[in-house]
Amino acid sequence: MRKVFELEDLDCANCAAKIEEAISHLDGVKYASVSFMTQRMVLVIEDDKFDQVLESVKKTIKKIEPDCSIKC
Amino acid sequence: MSKKQKKNLIRIIVALSLFLILFVIDKTLNLASFINGPLNWLLPFGLYLIVYIIIGYDVIIKAVRNIAHGQVFDENFLMLVATIGAFALAIYKGVNQMEIEGFDEACAVLLFYQVGEFFQDYAVNKTRKSISSLMDIRPDYANVYRDGKLEILGPEEVKIGDIIVINPGEKVPLDGVVIKGNTSLDTKSLTGESLPRDAKENDEIISGAVNLTSQIEVKVTKEFYDSTVSKILELVESATNKKSNSENFISAFARVYTPIVVILALLLAIVPSLITGNWEIWVYRALSFLVVSCPCALVISIPLSFFSGIGVASKRGILIKGSNYLEKFSKANIFVFDKTGTLTKGNFAIAKVNPSARKDEILGLAAIAEQGSSHPIAKSILSAYKGKIADGYVITNVAGEGIIAKKDRDIIYCGNEKLMKNNKIKYDVLNEVGTIIYVAHNNEFIGSIVINDEIKKESKELISYLNSKHYESVMLTGDNEQVAENVAKELGLSKVYASLLPQNKAAYVEEMLAQKKSNDVLCFVGDGINDAPSIMTADIGIAMGGVGSDAAIEASDIVLMKDDLSNIIDAQRISHKTMTIVKENIIFAITVKVLILILSALGIANMWLAVFGDVGVAVIAILNAIRLFRIK
Repeated sequence: MRKVFELEDLDCANCAAKIEEAISHLDGVKYASVSFMTQRMVLVIEDDKFDQVLESVKKTIKKIEPDCSIKC
Repeated sequence: MSKKQKKNLIRIIVALSLFLILFVIDKTLNLASFINGPLNWLLPFGLYLIVYIIIGYDVIIKAVRNIAHGQVFDENFLMLVATIGAFALAIYKGVNQMEIEGFDEACAVLLFYQVGEFFQDYAVNKTRKSISSLMDIRPDYANVYRDGKLEILGPEEVKIGDIIVINPGEKVPLDGVVIKGNTSLDTKSLTGESLPRDAKENDEIISGAVNLTSQIEVKVTKEFYDSTVSKILELVESATNKKSNSENFISAFARVYTPIVVILALLLAIVPSLITGNWEIWVYRALSFLVVSCPCALVISIPLSFFSGIGVASKRGILIKGSNYLEKFSKANIFVFDKTGTLTKGNFAIAKVNPSARKDEILGLAAIAEQGSSHPIAKSILSAYKGKIADGYVITNVAGEGIIAKKDRDIIYCGNEKLMKNNKIKYDVLNEVGTIIYVAHNNEFIGSIVINDEIKKESKELISYLNSKHYESVMLTGDNEQVAENVAKELGLSKVYASLLPQNKAAYVEEMLAQKKSNDVLCFVGDGINDAPSIMTADIGIAMGGVGSDAAIEASDIVLMKDDLSNIIDAQRISHKTMTIVKENIIFAITVKVLILILSALGIANMWLAVFGDVGVAVIAILNAIRLFRIK
């Protein structure tokens, strides 16, 4: 399942790159792309684990860039 | 400026003025001389520390938080180590009764770091805003009739078949058909076309356009997620997620750059010091290293350049679906075109009637024969003949030959040479390029009509541009060789493949792909559904007149929203400029950083220069990227 998320307070380009790198290695994430310019994150997640994976994605973002969060 | 930025700006101005006052007093009166004895460093240290904390408390907080999360190579942390190290070094000198210096430097590094960050933030936000305002096409609401009452709903709540009302000044929220009213629509933000488009009853209109003049009622034909505006937004928003090689290179570079510089800094602090014993010199040089260790200038300026390029292009109605396509398109040197509808208008028009003295008679007879047909050729004849068309004729279609119309003894023949021959009519062969229709009346040859597909004005402009760059231009067409040759000659195309079946076009594209050199980039330019396979096969697929044609939008890498080939020249220019700026930024930033690293290691550069190497480079690279907005 492919989903686009809007990110809030993603302040630095390098952090965006770091977040992308970390998230794409998470279990259940098939593809991840974080765009600093548009403040968007595109995730392709295995269908059956969606909520669980999203939780770990959120945690990873908090760890790398505590100010940044997914806008719902 | 956002609230956060304003607060930051005030903080920077306060800190900067305090710093300058302190700096001037220190340099003229020497703060260290105010207190005598071994604690003379305390006064300058204390005063500079106040400024340091004002300007850097957020960096300190972030650094501590990130190190707790195990982020060793965090830029805040590195900046903190560098500046605290500089303070420590200055204290060390003070305690050992050496000349007191370095407090100002430690403070200034953080101060200028913040100034640079501020500019970065400001510039990026500004760019982002100016681009998103271009894409400000998202409708917020729709006025819908529900149970006879007008309600305001979110566009996603509207269903197919609902009737919506669009007032002047409002955006068209969903694709639909006008059922009441006439108006003009502004489609500038969708197509880059500045002339308003008229819409009357039964016209299809697309979402995202702005209603200019009067109220209209529209029957919705597509749900919101499926409508033009959603598709375009989705496309633009995910454009920067398809990353170019340059961007991937930079991310990869950034991942190794910081650790390497930090390790070098450690080595530089320890190894020479152990040999020479001059700890304060080598530690200072190592600290300069840390200041330059953040790859931010690169990491920010490269995507920014691509983003600006894509933004500038979309402002002109050229949608580029990803940075990778922009990068590839800058190298495009083989352009393959579909003929009908792409290079030519596809609206068969009468080029000549022979003999012209009998024009009305010939057209009148042809119109009688063709009146029931919806073939493009028939349409062009019917639209050219303004007189009254006689009726009562029985029309017979002779496949592959033409039409015979009969009324009592009156017979009209209208078709190609075969029709004339088979009915034993003596006719004059006309040697003209195009489709030729011969017309005979009661076994007497009357004359002929030449019908041609008009070449678009912009095609000539584009092909002569491509030729001036020595790019290859190829045309694929289902028409016969003679027609194809004629178009090719008029336009100056380098190659033509004629008499192709639609399904063979993609095969030809594949063949050309197999034959080209590895660094050639092949573009296919086409319109409509039957070009979708070729558009998909090519290195870069370009779809024309994207609005309304979903198959083309989905299959292509670049969409020309306006039906205007000269946009390809614009797109090339933008892609070239973007790539130049990207290369400039990569080379400039890496060179300056490496140079400063070397100079710091040799002790020639000090921390002031190092801080320029970090933020100065970033700001210059960003300003360079912003130049894209000035492309004409």
